[in-house]
Amino acid sequence: MTATADNARSQLAGTGAGRPLLHSEQAKGLALVSPTFLYAFVLLLLPILVVVAHSFWTQDYLTIDRTFTLENYRLALTEPIYQDLLLRSIFISVTVSIVTVILAYPIAYFISFHGGPHKNLWLFIIMVPFWTSYLLRVMSWKVILGYQGVLNTGLMGVGIIDEPSSALLYNTTAVVITLTHAWAAFAILPIFVSLEKVDRSLLEAARDLGDGPVRSFLRVTLPLSLPGVIAALLIVMIPTVGDYVTPRLVGGTDGVMIANAIQAQFGRAANWPLGAALSVTTMVAVSLVAATVVIGIRTLARAFR
Amino acid sequence: MTLARRLALFWLPAYAAFYVLFLYAPVLLLPLFSVNDSATPTLPLAGFTLRWYSQLAGNQEMINAAWNSLRVGVSAAVLSTLLGICGARALTRYRFAGQRPMGALIMAPLILPEIIVGVSLLLVLLSFGMSLSLVTVTLGHVLICVPYSMVVLMSGFEGFDRSLEEASADLGESAFGTFRRVTLPMVAPAILSSLLVSFTISLDEFIIAFFLSGPDPTLPIYIFGQLRFAARLPAVLALGTIMLVASFLLVTIAEILRRRAARRTHTSGGLFV
Repeated sequence: MTATADNARSQLAGTGAGRPLLHSEQAKGLALVSPTFLYAFVLLLLPILVVVAHSFWTQDYLTIDRTFTLENYRLALTEPIYQDLLLRSIFISVTVSIVTVILAYPIAYFISFHGGPHKNLWLFIIMVPFWTSYLLRVMSWKVILGYQGVLNTGLMGVGIIDEPSSALLYNTTAVVITLTHAWAAFAILPIFVSLEKVDRSLLEAARDLGDGPVRSFLRVTLPLSLPGVIAALLIVMIPTVGDYVTPRLVGGTDGVMIANAIQAQFGRAANWPLGAALSVTTMVAVSLVAATVVIGIRTLARAFR
Repeated sequence: MTLARRLALFWLPAYAAFYVLFLYAPVLLLPLFSVNDSATPTLPLAGFTLRWYSQLAGNQEMINAAWNSLRVGVSAAVLSTLLGICGARALTRYRFAGQRPMGALIMAPLILPEIIVGVSLLLVLLSFGMSLSLVTVTLGHVLICVPYSMVVLMSGFEGFDRSLEEASADLGESAFGTFRRVTLPMVAPAILSSLLVSFTISLDEFIIAFFLSGPDPTLPIYIFGQLRFAARLPAVLALGTIMLVASFLLVTIAEILRRRAARRTHTSGGLFV
């Protein structure tokens, strides 16, 4: 509504004698956005470019040798340890994003279609845990899954197991569970938003034309909410691939992820170029996987329609 | 009753209830075990105590960390809200070339892995010979708070009726007078909401602070250090509980304010939608 009015206004300004007005709208907009943009440019985009540059250089004891080399990438892609960590990180982030989206979809659907007047309250309730400290949430999973933890002592107390199980903590499963919990709320929002946009009259039409509830869900609601599903997958998949806290606290040796290796290169190992190459490799890899998943879902959706 | 109706009327609400339980149970364990009279968080519960909280009161290291977090949080909240005001106002009020890519870069920290943001900032700051301190932590926190500030503020600015400002100017108010007497009161709740949200994010943020902090730890860094010592876990749980309550209160107030702002400008959406 306002956007159209704005467009109309700027068009008016453009057609009439108001060329300078249009120009000044451009100038005012740029001037106003520039502090925020420059901040992100200087402290985010430039640093990322610096990381990319470092990934082609070599650590020479305390200084950086700035001759171009692909050695870091060779190491990142062929060293078994980095291969393992990268594959595991991708595997974990893909698993977590799919599980999170599958668990989140019914909730988003429930709130959108059956939330009644309390939609905002529901969303608020679901978002609150997300606003609490991530570190604390991971810590509580450590408390739950630990050898002397809540789950073990609880199960022993009820008599289901005789001695504590050490299989709960310090493995990939523990990492997946913790991350799924941590990112749950993030997946719900995009799905909810896309479900809200589904034109309810289309569902009525489908019903009038003889589609049952299941068929109208599969043929109308689900395809129309696909953009939200894809957004949710990406919103979970991309950040989780670089998660550091969860593998560190609940992963053990079996659940170490690539972020732990990256951190080591910038900390103890002090090999910035290798750390940079690992970071770049991770981002490229997760982008490729994300693109594949998106294309796969779209193809699947077309095939079913 | 058909299967679909049963699904909608019984199974979906039941699932929703379980889901909320799954979301909250781990979080609520912290307060539960923070008042449990045992040095380890195990079941069954051992009895009620407040001694873990009283232990905190005399812990100078923790108090210093809390003070550091407060300073970083307030600075990050103010800076990210100022930057957010500029960005949100520019994106909602004007149409200009490069709007979309610029907006995308500003919002990028939302989706980037935090370790990438932390590592790249670290590399640049160290390359330029800056030493790590609370200032560098604040710089990093502002970067990741701005997108949230933008979301909150844009929901407050969008649909803002420009004719009110024009009317005020027509009636002889100066530009500053219009801003102070018309614009500011309309968007004040959104600005407050942005301050609270950014403060909460900064208070709870770990990874960026982990990479960018120098000798002075923030609260999450302090907590992370304490996790190595099993004996200190109950005190950490008590501290964690205080932080949970603080985050909860701040976010609730922020959401109430944001809704008030959205009502004034007749829009919906924002932090939770």
